[in-house]
Amino acid sequence: MSKTVLILLSIAVLAVPAWAAFAPIRSETRELVYEIPKGTFARRQAGEKFDLIPAEIRLTIGVQDVLVMKNHDDVPHLFGPVLIMPDQSFRLPFRKASSYLFTCPLHTSGLLTIVVDPEPELGWMRLRWRTSAAAQFAAAL
Amino acid sequence: MKFNHILPSRAWLAWLLLVLCLGANAASTAELRAGVFDPPRAAPDFSLKSSNGSELKLSRYRGKVVALGFGYTHCPGVCPTTLAYLAEARKRLAAAGDNFQVVYVTVDPERDNQEQLKTFLASFDPSFVGGTGTPEQLAAVRKAYGITLSDKIFVETLPKSTYFLDHSSFIYLIDRTGQLRAMLPFGVSADDMEHDVRVLLAK
Repeated sequence: MSKTVLILLSIAVLAVPAWAAFAPIRSETRELVYEIPKGTFARRQAGEKFDLIPAEIRLTIGVQDVLVMKNHDDVPHLFGPVLIMPDQSFRLPFRKASSYLFTCPLHTSGLLTIVVDPEPELGWMRLRWRTSAAAQFAAAL
Repeated sequence: MKFNHILPSRAWLAWLLLVLCLGANAASTAELRAGVFDPPRAAPDFSLKSSNGSELKLSRYRGKVVALGFGYTHCPGVCPTTLAYLAEARKRLAAAGDNFQVVYVTVDPERDNQEQLKTFLASFDPSFVGGTGTPEQLAAVRKAYGITLSDKIFVETLPKSTYFLDHSSFIYLIDRTGQLRAMLPFGVSADDMEHDVRVLLAK
């Protein structure tokens, strides 16, 4: 292997973590959208038990920090903390990292926890966040 | 004739200013810090007994921005915190605060009579108005706004007469035309409250 190739490889090995640790985080949208499909009320009335949303939702400030809830059903639904009318949506932005606990009749446990993580800081935290995101992406493939 | 050549630039500047003003207004309206309903719906009207002794009708406050909350005077934490933030926000609004009304509806009619509500709310801001009524009336209002309420929670070490209630802890914001526009989750700062009320007042 020539000296030039070795130098180029070394630069690449250093450049990737450096980019991951310091490059700004960009996402197409900061919204995480959950929808209540048409017929949800009818299904529940028929005795079907199911969760439309997980018991815990995770958001990250500056990356994905807006929760959007849309009701496509024919009746109003309590979705998390609020009553959403048919064909209405509710957009809830978060500005502070914290853990928020809401009652949520849509969930079989009756509770919804929204964990909002702080924006990954430059350096080690951002590198760790990107590594974790890449691992999740790979696992989903 | 001497000034003709500058008239188009003045007109252009006027248009530019108009566009900038409209743009700034649209941007600020879109940037409520609270949770926003789209499309907004008319806030359900109700008729309860006011802490001032008169009838409390929500529609009476058309023309003002209303912060509507639900709670009770024996609440150990959530209600006093929320009301303190609302009082601080109203203080910060200064003169604009005259067009901002806080309406707090009790979830505990057993203990919150008119006098109790009046004294409790006045300790935060004398302009705050409370609402009470029969359990059925209050249940109907809670249903219309999707407010949840637990059964009485007793604590073994406390007297039997002492109980707590777990209830929805957010605040609704209703605009001057009576539209339910936004929801402020518990813990939102007075700064954010003031910001959103100003946005709605500017409309």
